[in-house]
Amino acid sequence: MLTDEQIERYSRHIMLKEVGGKGQQRLFDGRVLIIGAGGLGAPIALYLAAAGIGTLGIADADDVDLSNLQRQVIHFTPDVGKPKVESAREKMEAINPAVRVRTYKEWVNAANITDIIRDYDFVIDGTDNFAAKFLINDACVLAGIPYSHGGILQFDGQTMTVKPGESACYRCIFPEPPPKDAIPTCSQAGVIGVLPGVLGTIQATEAIKFLLGKGELLTNRLLTYNALRMKFREIPLKRNPACPVCGEHPTITEVKDELDALTVCDLKS
Amino acid sequence: MNITINGKETTLAENPARTVESLLEELDVAQRQYVTVELSGEILERDAFGNTPVQDGDALEFLYFMGGGR
Repeated sequence: MLTDEQIERYSRHIMLKEVGGKGQQRLFDGRVLIIGAGGLGAPIALYLAAAGIGTLGIADADDVDLSNLQRQVIHFTPDVGKPKVESAREKMEAINPAVRVRTYKEWVNAANITDIIRDYDFVIDGTDNFAAKFLINDACVLAGIPYSHGGILQFDGQTMTVKPGESACYRCIFPEPPPKDAIPTCSQAGVIGVLPGVLGTIQATEAIKFLLGKGELLTNRLLTYNALRMKFREIPLKRNPACPVCGEHPTITEVKDELDALTVCDLKS
Repeated sequence: MNITINGKETTLAENPARTVESLLEELDVAQRQYVTVELSGEILERDAFGNTPVQDGDALEFLYFMGGGR
């Protein structure tokens, strides 16, 4: 049952017929894991806390750096040097003290990811390297946990939602990570600060829709965004029978670290 | 001949020998060695790029790696 204070706090949600009191309760019962407390993770964590998602996990081993503040809006100038997950937790709890924030000050890897994600209904990839992106895909597909992929670079972004066993996964499109350093990262090639705000907010929207069970998820389509041309495009996708993790004859049956891709981002992010 | 690339109509000189592989080179497509190509809604195996002809009216999508996020 929602309290009077909660009814007031979430009144603009509750008046939506797609949400209502029941939907708001579903959000409060929901558990979402955000991997990466940076550009994408910042708006995701803030909006999901504000929306009243009851349990939010946030994973990142890094500390706040001055060069993060141009886009990672959850971290403030006095936070420089502080663990990102702690800085994020403070803002999330300040927005909404009712949200239970669980922090993981570690990088996800093959040894820990399965244990971390199993406590969540939905996972959001806000990481900045291919090793993590492929690992998150594999772990979520193998565990049957839906997740949102997000990637950004310079003025471009892409996102898709994966429902394991039902819709195309990241490896259906990109079977293997590119070799280390083949594709530039934000720290090497730059990123316009507002870009992760756009993409991250879309990813947060997917988590909310998934928990509500309303609308159509961004499955079997890759949404691409170019900020310079101000264009969104949608590329229809389908599951790839040759996909190494969710295809007909999978070669990946347990999570593994993509060692060749591991140090894609060895500069300061 | 006319093809559509990432939703944009493109006119190319006639070239019956044009394959997906030669097209990537001709257009100097970014991430050429890693880009995923979807032809008429199907993702092409990389091994097939060299023997898949590009024909008038084809719709291709180039899907690029984007590894940033933080």
